[in-house]
Amino acid sequence: MDLRYSESDEKFRAELRAWLAEQVPAHGRPPPSHDWAARRAYDTAWQRRLFEAGYAGLNWPREFGGRDASPSEQLVYYEETARAGAPYVGVNFVGVLHGGPTLVAEGTPEQKAAHLPRILRGEEIWCQGFSEPGAGSDLAALKTRAVRDGDDYVVTGHKIWCSFAHVADVGELLVRTDPNAPKHKGITWLILPMDAPGIEIRPLPTLAGEGEFSEVFLNDVRIPVANRVGAENDGWRITNVTLRFERGTAFASEMVQLQQFLAELARIARRVTRGDARAWDDAGLRREIGHLAAELDAIWAMVKLSVSKSSRTGVPGLEGSALKLYYTELYQRIAELGMRLLGRAALSREDVGGLPSRMLLHKALQSLSLTIAAGSSQIQRNIVAERILGLPKER
Amino acid sequence: MDFRVDEDQQALRDGIRSFCEGRVPLDALGELASKELDRTLWRDLAEMGVFQLRLPEAGGGLGLGMAEAVLVFAELGRRLLPGPLVWSQLAAGLVEGAASGEAVVGGLDRMLPGSEPILVEHLDQLDALLVLRPGGVHRLDPRSLRAEKVATPLDPLTPIFEAAGLPEGERIAGPEAAQQLRLEGGALIAAQLFGIAEATQELATAYAKGREQFGRPIGSFQALKHLLADMFVRQELARSAAYAAGATLDHPEAGDPARAVSSAKVVAGDAALANSRACIQVHGGMGYTWEMPCHYYLKRTWALAGLFGSGEEHSERLAQQVAAAL
Repeated sequence: MDLRYSESDEKFRAELRAWLAEQVPAHGRPPPSHDWAARRAYDTAWQRRLFEAGYAGLNWPREFGGRDASPSEQLVYYEETARAGAPYVGVNFVGVLHGGPTLVAEGTPEQKAAHLPRILRGEEIWCQGFSEPGAGSDLAALKTRAVRDGDDYVVTGHKIWCSFAHVADVGELLVRTDPNAPKHKGITWLILPMDAPGIEIRPLPTLAGEGEFSEVFLNDVRIPVANRVGAENDGWRITNVTLRFERGTAFASEMVQLQQFLAELARIARRVTRGDARAWDDAGLRREIGHLAAELDAIWAMVKLSVSKSSRTGVPGLEGSALKLYYTELYQRIAELGMRLLGRAALSREDVGGLPSRMLLHKALQSLSLTIAAGSSQIQRNIVAERILGLPKER
Repeated sequence: MDFRVDEDQQALRDGIRSFCEGRVPLDALGELASKELDRTLWRDLAEMGVFQLRLPEAGGGLGLGMAEAVLVFAELGRRLLPGPLVWSQLAAGLVEGAASGEAVVGGLDRMLPGSEPILVEHLDQLDALLVLRPGGVHRLDPRSLRAEKVATPLDPLTPIFEAAGLPEGERIAGPEAAQQLRLEGGALIAAQLFGIAEATQELATAYAKGREQFGRPIGSFQALKHLLADMFVRQELARSAAYAAGATLDHPEAGDPARAVSSAKVVAGDAALANSRACIQVHGGMGYTWEMPCHYYLKRTWALAGLFGSGEEHSERLAQQVAAAL
């Protein structure tokens, strides 16, 4: 039970910090959120910089271009990139944080060779094609059909909430290969080339007014059988590998950023006034900030415990559900505090009265997705209750 | 950095757990409450290393640190072990006989003295009384206090005495030691609170699996499941924070011990309170009865939560730390 970083961790930290101090300013400001071509270019160029410096795919095996970093080096990386205000993983999220790791764990040698280096170099963007209009929380009810025809699957269906679909090169696709089997037993995990004929992408604006995700319609799309990850009809097991990555460690860097965000709120509280007192002079508000700091400290300690437990490139444990559940609701409470601090300035989505309304409103609106995406909080509670506590299933 | 509980630590924890389960059966809590502090149990706890844990091996101690102490005190909290456990641990290097369990040492945190009544726990069982004051650590003779036993204490296992005043006593350590003992005490209380959060989650989960209504276990209903899932999450958060407090006190180069203790006290205090309340709720009408163990956990939580700084005090401290870092 030792929280000390080793000498080699500290050496890694010093090198990374020096590198970030040079590269982050050089990379410039992120483009406006609606300019997706520019965002793809910005995010992938950053990924390329990471790759060239040896910081891409931190926990991936070396043979696929990763760094094979120890768990503690991964934590140092999260701490330092947040501290330096480094660009977020952005459009690389799906590929780097759960699509790629799924291939590392379950892909064929050919699939690994074809995709992993390209993901790490920022040359290949992934999106996710899991959910459907009729298969949200009940993901295993998905209906997108795949029929074997020679060396191809012919796929027809309708996917939704596909983040980054309009800028992606490939997708994680779940299809039904056996309509007669029980619903969890007839699913297959495929790599979808987004340029295949028969794919139609329709953007679906979010309540934050952003075009982050799309609906994807598949009409007789031919996907080579070689793109199958795992065995036919074994896709549900593979899906759970993907979801554990998505729910577990994928959020770690955001948690460190959230600590900085809370500090930013304290800074604002010391500036804004209510009557002739500063917001910060209110003991109730200070305690609220202190309480949130305690919760953030605790969840970061929980990440350290979780990362220490999982082997270097291992699949995160079920505690990822507990982490995601707490972290996402905590994020929303902190974002809500930001809205309250703004007072009337919360009516504007652009900075007003010298207050960062733009950033705070963006956080508050975008945070609403967190308790829904990657398995809603209600689903996470079911997972904790049934899979960790062993409570009986409903029905 | 490896935050896992290592094999030696696991063995220590398992040993304490089976000792506690054997010596304090949950259905015997009522009997325990009607008796004086069991000196044999106290000496056996000492034998297990509970008090001398952090003393150097050369001095007959185990040479372990706060990380191990946190693990041990989580177990004591889990099983509602009675007595001035934290004070006797803190006193191990300061008061003769504390480490061996020959002397039972209690204490009072008067770092922020206010208008509250002076209530001393277990006073009639104490061989020495430590008082933390901003000026240092003072040792008092428990018999020098004019005090009256409170007829009905909140926690049946924590008898209390109201003292008319507090003599100065003998100053045995300086202000820095007082600050350090307060931090260590806070971490040990946070550990016990985590233990309570874990025990109440386990009790409630077991009950929800066995109790049937509408022809099926109540634990199959989502309303209960989600309540129990939240209990588990709070427990794990409290575990992480309490462990971090212990590990940071052992190695201040890994973080700020004062901050880690404040966070642990806030988070573990919340977890113990919410979980022991939820435990009663899950047990329904039975949870409201004296015979079920649930109420002992909630009452112990109330008895512990304010010690070595309330949640409000520590939240304020954390806010000042956030501001100081700007």
